[in-house]
Parts: sequence; structure tokens; C-alpha cells
Amino acid sequence: MIRKTRSQDALLLSVALVAGFFALIAAFSPANAGPKQDAVIAKLAAEAGVASFSAKNGEAFFQGTHTGGKPETTSCTTCHTKNPRAMGKTRVGKPIEPMAVSANPTRFIDPEKLAKWFRRNCNSVVGRECTTTEKGEILTYLSSI
Amino acid sequence: MTQFRKIITSLTIGSLILVAPVMAASQTLVPKTAAELTATECSACHMAYQSGFLPIRSWKAIMADLPNHFGEDASLSEAARAEIESYLVATAADRNGRDPRWLRKIPQDVAPLRISELPWFRNEHGSRRLAQAKANPNIGSISNCAACHKGAERGNYGD
Ligand code: HEC
Ligand code: HEC
Ligand code: HEC
Repeated sequence: MIRKTRSQDALLLSVALVAGFFALIAAFSPANAGPKQDAVIAKLAAEAGVASFSAKNGEAFFQGTHTGGKPETTSCTTCHTKNPRAMGKTRVGKPIEPMAVSANPTRFIDPEKLAKWFRRNCNSVVGRECTTTEKGEILTYLSSI
Repeated sequence: MTQFRKIITSLTIGSLILVAPVMAASQTLVPKTAAELTATECSACHMAYQSGFLPIRSWKAIMADLPNHFGEDASLSEAARAEIESYLVATAADRNGRDPRWLRKIPQDVAPLRISELPWFRNEHGSRRLAQAKANPNIGSISNCAACHKGAERGNYGD
């Protein structure tokens, strides 16, 4: 016969509390992003005059096929692949680290690097620079998966 | 062949000597040298090709049109672009005013944009190998030197 002791109760309670705490965190922060990525997105949101960005729009842009850019590169997925959590590859065969923050926590935290590649890759794929809203949506998408 | 290897080797050692002290110094926030900047910026999409493969006029032409770089935008800030160009020009194949073996028969008014299109290169690799590079998904492009030459990034093409 097993009788529950007070200390076992306390243990169960604390386990439940800790689990609940993590569930809460998971529920209220859809992004896998760390504080640094959050700050980058918040800055773009302030610039665009919005509270937050649509991850769904970001997904559509990132996964979609575009016209207006260079014929060799019609989608972000040409190099980053359809799965942002996986490794990508340049057209010359050089590996690219994953784009999803969940798979690569060092993403998007160097403002100079970020600006350089947004300029290059948006020009290559859509033939123009991306708007602040598009950038915010893309980063929100890549931080949420 | 050995002559070429010697040239590439000395070129590589030369640039290593240039870069090594700066690598150590970069921890102390000393600005990057032109050699180091070139090695970083020009290796993002492919390996940084050794400047000794192409003549001055080729590097100038490449650096003048980075927004339309072989089907991609590879643009840089003007400061970085100018610094990299000066490094490539100073270490180019004809920096001493003479054309090495791999530039022979290329007219002075033609600026080849690819190493892989030099007649010497086509000859050295042969049509079968050029076709093989394209067909093999693990290589993908003849410009992916390192897929076949393990020492390519160190300037070693002998193996
Ligand atoms: C031709 C290949 C290619 C295409 C097409 C491409 N990218 Fe990239 N992208 C790269 C490479 C190479 C890098 C730099 C390497 C790295 O950061 O790992 C990069 C880096 C980035 C970065 C910087 C990440 C950081 O950590 O700061 C962003 C953002 C980005 N890409 C977004 C996009 C978007 C959005 C598209 C579609 C509009 C796109 N890319 C299309 C090759 C590509
Ligand atoms: C945004 C990506 C990107 C960056 C950054 C980049 N390149 Fe390239 N480069 C390419 C692509 C794509 C090719 C074409 C490769 C192919 O055909 O497979 C290429 C080809 C080349 C070639 C010809 C290779 C051959 O076949 O002989 C040279 C030379 C070259 N690049 C020099 C440079 C230099 C110098 C820099 C730095 C200023 C640079 N590249 C930066 C994407 C890039
Ligand atoms: C598909 C594989 C492949 C690719 C890609 C490739 N090479 Fe080669 N390369 C070879 C082979 C194999 C040889 C040896 C040819 C022989 O000896 O018959 C060679 C020979 C050479 C040599 C002569 C070596 C010597 O000691 O004389 C040089 C230099 C060279 N390659 C440079 C390059 C450069 C630069 C690139 C990229 C722009 C490149 N190769 C891409 C396979 C390749």
C-alpha cells in the first residue's frame, strides 16, 4: 500500500506549476525569436507604424514565385529551400545555414548584414528593394517556425 | 604545370602572410585589411577565387557591375567595393605588366569575366569534365572549384 506523503504532493504541485509556466510561455510568445530578433522586428514595426506583422504574409512572400527579378532567381527558396529549418545552397553549391531562428539562433542580429542581404536578395528575386512591411513580415515568419 | 603550381603557391603564401597578423588583430577591433575584406565578402556565395587567375581589366569589369553579377545582385557599399577592387588589381595575374601562361592569346581589349572560360582553363579541364560538373548535383557548376579541388580555397589545385 502506497500512501502519498506531503512532500510528494509538493513535488507534484511544483512539477505541474513548472509545466504550466512553460505552456504559458509557449502560448503567449508565438515567436521562437530571442530578444535580439524581437528588437529588430520591433524597430521595423515602429518604422512601418504597425503593432506587429503577419507571419502568413511573410510565408507567402518567402515561399512564393516572383517575377520582375533575375530569371536565375525567382524565389527565396531557390537558395534557402522550401524548408527554412534546413540547410540551403547557393547557385554555386556553397551551403547556407538555416534561415529559421529556431534552427539558427544567430540569424538577423547584425543590422549591417541584414540590410546588405535584404537589398541583394530582394533585388535578385523581385527586382526591387523590399518594403519595410515585407521585411517585417518575412522576419516574423522566419522567427515563428 | 609545376610552374603554375609554384605561382599559385607563392601567391597563396603571400596573401596568408598579409592576412595572418590581421586575423589575430581583428580581436582587438583593428579594421579589416583589403585582403581580409575580399576574403570575407567574395566568399559568401562561392569560394573567394584567387586574384592571380584574372587580369586587372577583368577584376575592374567585375567590380564595376556587382548589382548584375552572373544573375545575382552582389552589391557592396562603395567604400568596400573600392577597397576590394584595389586589392584585386594589385594582386592580379598581370600585375607585373606581363601575361602569365593562362592568359595567353587573350586580346588586351577583351576582359574575361570567368576563370572557367579562359581557353587555358577549358583546355585543362576538357569538355567531358565541364559537362560532368554541370550534370552532377553535388558539383552543380564548374565554378564550384572546391567540389573537385579540396585545396582550392588555399590555392592548391595540384591534387
Ligand atoms: C541566389 C541565392 C539566394 C536567394 C535567391 C535568396 N537568398 Fe537570402 N541569402 C543568400 C546568401 C548566400 C546569404 C548569406 C549567407 C548567410 O547569411 O548564411 C543570404 C542571407 C539572407 C539574409 C540575411 C540573414 C541574416 O542572418 O542577417 C536574409 C534576411 C535573406 N537572405 C532573405 C532572403 C529573402 C527574403 C529572399 C527572397 C526574396 C532571399 N533571401 C533569396 C542567398 C540567397
Ligand atoms: C550574392 C552572391 C555572390 C557574391 C557575394 C559574389 N559572387 Fe561571384 N559569382 C556568383 C555567382 C552566382 C556566379 C556564377 C557561378 C556559376 O555560373 O555557377 C559567380 C561567379 C564569379 C566569378 C566567375 C567564376 C568562374 O566561373 O570562373 C568570379 C571571378 C566572381 N564571381 C568573383 C566575385 C568577386 C570578386 C566577389 C566579391 C566582390 C564575388 N564574386 C561575390 C555570386 C556571387
Ligand atoms: C568537375 C571537377 C572540377 C571542377 C569543378 C574544377 N576542376 Fe580544376 N581540375 C579538375 C581536374 C580533374 C584537373 C586535372 C586535369 C588533368 O590533370 O588532366 C583540374 C586541373 C586544374 C588546374 C591545373 C592544376 C595543375 O596542377 O596544373 C587548375 C589550376 C584548376 N583545375 C583550377 C580550377 C578552378 C580555378 C576551378 C573553379 C573555377 C576548377 N578548377 C574547377 C577538376 C575540376
